[in-house]
Amino acid sequence: MATPLLRISGVTKSFGGVPALTQGELTLRAGEVTALVGENGAGKSTLVKILAGVHRPDAGTVELDGRPLRVVSPRDAVRAGISVIHQELIAFDDLSVAENLFAHEMPTQHGLVDWRSMRLRCTELLAQLDLHIDPDSRFGDISVAQRHLVQIARAVGGQARIVIMDEPTAALSHHEAQRLLATVRRLRAQGRAVLYISHKLEEVLAIADRYVVFRDGAAVADGAIAEATRESLTRAMVGRAVNQEFPRTPATIGAEVLLVEGLARRGEFSGVGFSVRAGEILGVYGLVGAGRSEIMRTLFGAKSASEGRVVVCGRPLRASGPYDALRAGVAFVPEDRQNEGALLTRSIADNIALPSLARLARLGLCSPEREKQLAEKWVERLQIKCTDSTQHVENLSGGNQQKVVIARALETAPRLLILDEPTKGIDVGSKAAVYRLIDELAQRGLAIVMVSSELPEILGMSDRILVMRRGRLSGSFERRDASAEAVLHAALDA
Amino acid sequence: MKSFGRDLIDSRETGLAFFVVATFMAASVMFPSFASVSGMLDTLDDTSILMLLAVGQTLVLLTRAIDLSVAANLALTGMIAALVNQAFPDVPVIVLLLMSTAIGACLGALNGAVIWSLGVPSIVVTLGTMAIYRGLVFVVSGGAWVTSNEMTPDFQEIVRVQLLGLSLMSWLAIAAIVLGAIFLRHTVLGRRLYLVGGNPAAASSLGVSTGATQFFAFTVSGAVAGLCGYLWVARFAVAYTDVASGFELQVIAACVIGGVSVAGGVGRIAGVALGCLFLGIIKNALPLLGLSPYWQMAVSGLIITGAVILNARRDRASHGSTLVTRQA
Repeated sequence: MATPLLRISGVTKSFGGVPALTQGELTLRAGEVTALVGENGAGKSTLVKILAGVHRPDAGTVELDGRPLRVVSPRDAVRAGISVIHQELIAFDDLSVAENLFAHEMPTQHGLVDWRSMRLRCTELLAQLDLHIDPDSRFGDISVAQRHLVQIARAVGGQARIVIMDEPTAALSHHEAQRLLATVRRLRAQGRAVLYISHKLEEVLAIADRYVVFRDGAAVADGAIAEATRESLTRAMVGRAVNQEFPRTPATIGAEVLLVEGLARRGEFSGVGFSVRAGEILGVYGLVGAGRSEIMRTLFGAKSASEGRVVVCGRPLRASGPYDALRAGVAFVPEDRQNEGALLTRSIADNIALPSLARLARLGLCSPEREKQLAEKWVERLQIKCTDSTQHVENLSGGNQQKVVIARALETAPRLLILDEPTKGIDVGSKAAVYRLIDELAQRGLAIVMVSSELPEILGMSDRILVMRRGRLSGSFERRDASAEAVLHAALDA
Repeated sequence: MKSFGRDLIDSRETGLAFFVVATFMAASVMFPSFASVSGMLDTLDDTSILMLLAVGQTLVLLTRAIDLSVAANLALTGMIAALVNQAFPDVPVIVLLLMSTAIGACLGALNGAVIWSLGVPSIVVTLGTMAIYRGLVFVVSGGAWVTSNEMTPDFQEIVRVQLLGLSLMSWLAIAAIVLGAIFLRHTVLGRRLYLVGGNPAAASSLGVSTGATQFFAFTVSGAVAGLCGYLWVARFAVAYTDVASGFELQVIAACVIGGVSVAGGVGRIAGVALGCLFLGIIKNALPLLGLSPYWQMAVSGLIITGAVILNARRDRASHGSTLVTRQA
């Protein structure tokens, strides 16, 4: 067999004494799609960041075409022909879409930037992903899904021999994801090597030629995808067979906590009305862009409503900002954990104590000791995997980061908890922990609104389900009446 | 050329242009001499140094840095140029011009090198070098003034040379604006300033070095400040320790009024030129009102603050959300 394009062996990496990778093994071949699967915290993203030149490995070797490769900066990775689609958006909000697409290698003519060909090529590249937007649009003004597509186009548009995709479909709708998979097939046909990382096993089974499973920082299984099944991959990921189950215990439904009437925000949603009672979990389903997140942000006061009424525990809420919503007993866990949820460069204790500093203070002075005790209580209660509460949140896995953000929301003692995509980018094992937590909170009488794009999660966890389509409510189901078909039908354009 | 037309009709600069024209009209109605050709040329000539420095500062601000040392750099290079001219009257003026630019570039590069190698915030570094450069003016001159009768006539005359009706200074300012605009819009290095300032982490993951890019911006800003050092001293025919004291703030104000974000990554030369013209008109009109210099300072400060607030509000209106997304 020919020399592999890229071979990684024995790579290790620790952060602050906590090993993230203990035995990184991976082989990529030209014209092949290799899927990398594993739970969050299994070391996948760490491996990607090593290949991207963001992190330096503590030990181990990386070989390109059989020769040792030194990747100590992102520039080295670019030079070696490695192109990475990171999980998070790496982009320039104030520049145009075209410029974001070609930021790494602008086309020039006579030494000057060739804007005309840049726009043309931008339109072409985006059309391959079925994205039709003006190349001159400001990047920050297009939707999140569109931004991810532009980022994908940037990585696949160049001449990179190795394309690494870290959860590329996390923010995409079904249709957009299909276009992406078509693009991956084209890359393979062009003889490039693709490393495809995803939690969505259906995608992995559909697109990959080979698979590698990581668990606890080490490669534990690999082989041809033809011999793998959903069950065998899951088993290898968690080290035991799990069937996804939703720990939903019927709770006593209490008084009405949230009442929303005729809520509207120009250009985003209108005529939205619903209520949530104590102990109840209201699931909100819809396609990306249906207006779900916008409603939640409006309830939390992060956006202002143009019409409508919100009542929390019998009192009208006129939130001019999140501060008012928090005081009224509304807590919010945003979808974009990395940018809006956690303060990545601060410690776990700082993150959890942040909205409660005034309450924890003594004589008006912050009390680090009490903040630490508080954080340790939550670390234990939610089983956050960390060295201690002073560890920086950026060094935690996605699932543990999410637990920190939820802990912070809970510490404000809310009556209503809004969760926007609470398990986005979180592995199977951590998901189950988050579900158990949500269920427990409902049993304790918290009213919960849970936005999710995952149908099984919505069906499994909700007492009632609201479905949104194009900024309007398009369906409402009781738990016993809800079926996957009915909910999906309400979400899709008729 | 399409992009140039697009730039022209962009709402931000157009709005600012209306504002500048309105200010100019108001001043002209009150003082007809203002609107005369010679009055306009005088205003341009008076604004030239501000424009030159603002173009340099814009490069720095775009990379999410700030150069507070430009006025001190200007004073130091100006003083050195004057001292050299005093001691060696035979050295041709063109050599002095090049020398000033080179010295300024070195002082700017020093800022850039410290920021790059030590990773210290630029505001701290340039606050330090501002004091150092200003102190060095005193050191090299011994605190003495260099006045017009100690300078050669050539040294002073060159800034007044007229070409096609415009002064050399005005031509230099126009050249800086045109070159700056082309550089920022049409060169890869120019675009990199926006990448580095817009999202340093993203730029670095695309292989663009923040430190190297900022180093470049500071060197250019310093070179421009050095050139202006000579121009300033030649124009006012005097060099002393407090030359252009506090002028860096006017330069930064002109950039901000022109739409350059101090958070980096946003701004264009067209706007900066308008911002400079706006300040130039205010500065030339206020004395005509017969106010005391102190009142002039207060009034121009008030107007600048107002203009900055207007700009900031427009920015917020265009983005809508009260929840500001943090950049990685």
